[in-house]
Amino acid sequence: MCLYPTEHADLAMPIEERYRGYLDELVGHRHLVPTGVPGVYGRGTEFERVIERFDALVTRHGAALAPEVMRFPPIFNRKHYAKIDHIRNFPDLMGSVHTFTGGDREHREMLGRFERDEDWSRDLSASEVMMTPAICYPLYPSATGTLPPGGRRVDLQGYAFRHEPSVDPARMQIFRMHEFVRLGTPDEALAHRDHWITLGQEIFHSVGLPTQPVVANDPFFGRGGKVQKAIQREQNLKYEFVVPICSEEKPTAIGSSNYHLDHFGAAFGIRTHDGAVAHSACVGFGLERVALALFRTHGLETRAWPREVRDVLGLG
Amino acid sequence: MYSQEIRTILAEHARLPVGVEQLTDDSDLYQAGLTSLSTVNLMLALEEHFNVEFLDRMLGRKTFGSIRALSEAIGELRGASNAEPLTE
Repeated sequence: MCLYPTEHADLAMPIEERYRGYLDELVGHRHLVPTGVPGVYGRGTEFERVIERFDALVTRHGAALAPEVMRFPPIFNRKHYAKIDHIRNFPDLMGSVHTFTGGDREHREMLGRFERDEDWSRDLSASEVMMTPAICYPLYPSATGTLPPGGRRVDLQGYAFRHEPSVDPARMQIFRMHEFVRLGTPDEALAHRDHWITLGQEIFHSVGLPTQPVVANDPFFGRGGKVQKAIQREQNLKYEFVVPICSEEKPTAIGSSNYHLDHFGAAFGIRTHDGAVAHSACVGFGLERVALALFRTHGLETRAWPREVRDVLGLG
Repeated sequence: MYSQEIRTILAEHARLPVGVEQLTDDSDLYQAGLTSLSTVNLMLALEEHFNVEFLDRMLGRKTFGSIRALSEAIGELRGASNAEPLTE
């Protein structure tokens, strides 16, 4: 059940209506600002303040790792994109940046189509960049070579893009993640993944979100994706922290802790100090989804949230 | 039963770092270097060659983990298609 006034609560209500109901409430409270595109919103003052405070909380916990802090823009090198199998695994989620590269004549042709309200997108050419589907992707090509002894720990934060328009407020097309990535030996990567399953639970519980860690899979595309999902689950590579936002039956993942094996190490020639192909792991917190879960759980006005939650987040 | 044909398809589509002649019918293909993504290539090639479609319950490492397991799964699918319709 989602955030409806109790007199309208209806467990039999279709999920789409529950999504719309919560979205309307978020817009009504100026937490989200519609842009006319499903899954693309502006963020209001209080919504953004909650994200900033939760982000700071995660940063404090992650500081115990003494990580390097790196920030990448939400676009990344098309050549690097070509090395990570995303086009095979998640073609439906990709975002490619195209631009106009023609001369005066091509410009006139494009303008003609534009003014006749025809499809002018075919006049564009692929640029050097793709939208970043996961914020740790730009890190790996920058780590090509040999890692220092003990590997690397990196704190990343930024926007990711996934083309999946939806009325579900938690399924945004562009959203922020805060990640902590470990590059090193298989044992180091796995220990990082497992450490963050425990720590992630503690962080979520400290702000009153009753998350559960569950074995999960990525949304691999198509019929071939079915076997990839099954294999990923059999290998216990991915755990998601799930909590009900609009549905008790289909709780929403607000974070995940993942072991990538040597996928990125092999793709980008990252080696451990002793010369082996590096393994990697990352924990990711979906910042907008965390805010949506907090507003869902504690109410749409932060001043009415429980004292202990306000204290942990430093909301005053 | 289909071991030889499966070996040919493995060699062409699975991108294993070892030669298929080094594998026994019971060798663990994942130990031999089969990946999640190459499993997809292998699956689609086997389906096309044998004109079958793996059932959802077959999609996992147990089915794709050895030549023998694949042969048995394909045998089941082909046998079933000649007999009565499968119910999943």
